[in-house]
Amino acid sequence: MQVELTAEDRAALDGSRGDAAALAMRLLVAMAGVMEAPSLIDVSSAHIDGCLYHGRAGLDFARRLAAGGGQVAIPTSLNVSSLDLLHPELVRLDPATAAEARELMDAYVAMGCRATWTCAPYQLPERPGFGEQVAWAESNAIVFANSVLGARTNRYGDFIDICCAITGRAPLAGLHTDEGRRATAVFTLEGVADALASSEAGAAAVGHAVGRRTGTAVPAIVGLPARTPEDHLRALGAAAASSGAVAMFHAVGVTPEAPTLEAATGGAEPVRAEAISTADLRAARDELSTVGPGTPIGAVSVGTPHLSLDGLVHLATLMADARPTVPVYANVGRDVRAAAAEQGLTDDLERAGVTLVSDTCTYITPVIRETAGPVMTDSAKWAWYAPGNLGFDTAFGSMEECTRSAAAGLVVRDEELWGD
Amino acid sequence: MTELPRVLAPGTASGELLVLDEPLSLWGGMDPATGKLIDVHHPQAGASLAGRIVAMPSGRGSSSSSYVLAEAIRAGVAPAAFLLGEPDAIVALGALVAGELYGMEVPVVVLDRETYASLVTGARLEVIAESSHRVVLTAIA
Repeated sequence: MQVELTAEDRAALDGSRGDAAALAMRLLVAMAGVMEAPSLIDVSSAHIDGCLYHGRAGLDFARRLAAGGGQVAIPTSLNVSSLDLLHPELVRLDPATAAEARELMDAYVAMGCRATWTCAPYQLPERPGFGEQVAWAESNAIVFANSVLGARTNRYGDFIDICCAITGRAPLAGLHTDEGRRATAVFTLEGVADALASSEAGAAAVGHAVGRRTGTAVPAIVGLPARTPEDHLRALGAAAASSGAVAMFHAVGVTPEAPTLEAATGGAEPVRAEAISTADLRAARDELSTVGPGTPIGAVSVGTPHLSLDGLVHLATLMADARPTVPVYANVGRDVRAAAAEQGLTDDLERAGVTLVSDTCTYITPVIRETAGPVMTDSAKWAWYAPGNLGFDTAFGSMEECTRSAAAGLVVRDEELWGD
Repeated sequence: MTELPRVLAPGTASGELLVLDEPLSLWGGMDPATGKLIDVHHPQAGASLAGRIVAMPSGRGSSSSSYVLAEAIRAGVAPAAFLLGEPDAIVALGALVAGELYGMEVPVVVLDRETYASLVTGARLEVIAESSHRVVLTAIA
């Protein structure tokens, strides 16, 4: 199928809007072909993941765009980077890598992107509304935008994200269309206690289990409490986007496009329908843990994706009397951190022994110091990727299990939470 | 449905086939400095992807995989080609960007179910992927 281009698209493609716009449009047209999109559509915002340094190739690409006069055409936020610009001493990268990482960040800012440096752009005040077409990268942000906000984005990633931002265009396919958003798999919570189903850790375990089983399909989840808060939905989405390629889920009776199961599936018979039990959630928890209860830990890391203000309040409450015996790290975006500082929350947290990390994240760059052992985390995404990225053993649990573990210096399990 | 096979990124390659038992997120799953499979949850963790023709049923996980693939291609440790069971824009993009930046080609092809099912780890293959639907897979000695 040949993608149909407007006169403006063609002008960009033939180079009359500069070399950067031509390269961006060339890659967009190629992607439209891969996605079998009939045409391109306007998008109103972009979120860029390409600013996180993984080697020279990303810098070469950004330099090529910058040299070709690349400037974003729509409001564009930036994902985490490899550096904490507010606290550079926290990150122990070798100087050459740090210099290239910094140059990469500067290149994106020079192209007109906002220096937000967060993986949670949905926490920024200007987040997209229901039905809005956007081009977002970062798997947890993508799944949140689609599922929780009802905005529409495909799984954009490094390179194509800035192409969308420079052209203001994206291929009309997949999750940008009504058909692409319908659930084709249904997962029903069966016999899961209210306490677990209405906990953030439980939601993350559901997401992990669903992601493992769905692959790239859009799943509908039945049985989550009607008042499941945004933070739990994002934990679910982040987990499902890590263990699978989930870019959108429906939580029936909770998320905006799923008032009923029929609305989520469009009335079609699902390709698969499965139950999720408490035992499945324990299995998910254990798959996210390379060490078990009672194992001494070296650190605790919470906030992947970056903590919300509610998450920081919860952490401050739990940490107030925790007296940690190991380092505790909390990742938080600079905007949320500033809001928290106004309320005195950041002072409270630092006094309680928490190291706040901004602009980056403890699972992608060496922040956590020579730890004497495994890391406990409340993040399924952290637990899933850190063993490969950083070589840590991990234990996954609720934020309360994390803070209790920080006090005890070993993995503490809340058997009541995870029990039948 | 578009007819298969489909070429998502063109090129020519030859090498030893590695059929992955599960999808792999290249970000967090392949070390872009060595080409090693580093996802500890993956059944083939520890395998080398460098220079091999990698077959995988579909993509998975992080949207940073395009960057990791382009970087591995630049560093000369990427797979020689990808044979996919389903289209994956993220893998295709990494290959296309490496082509734009460095003129280095790693073909990415979607195969029909029957051909994909016939792939066996260890076989040596030549992949010729021209534009759109022209794909030639040849067993070599």
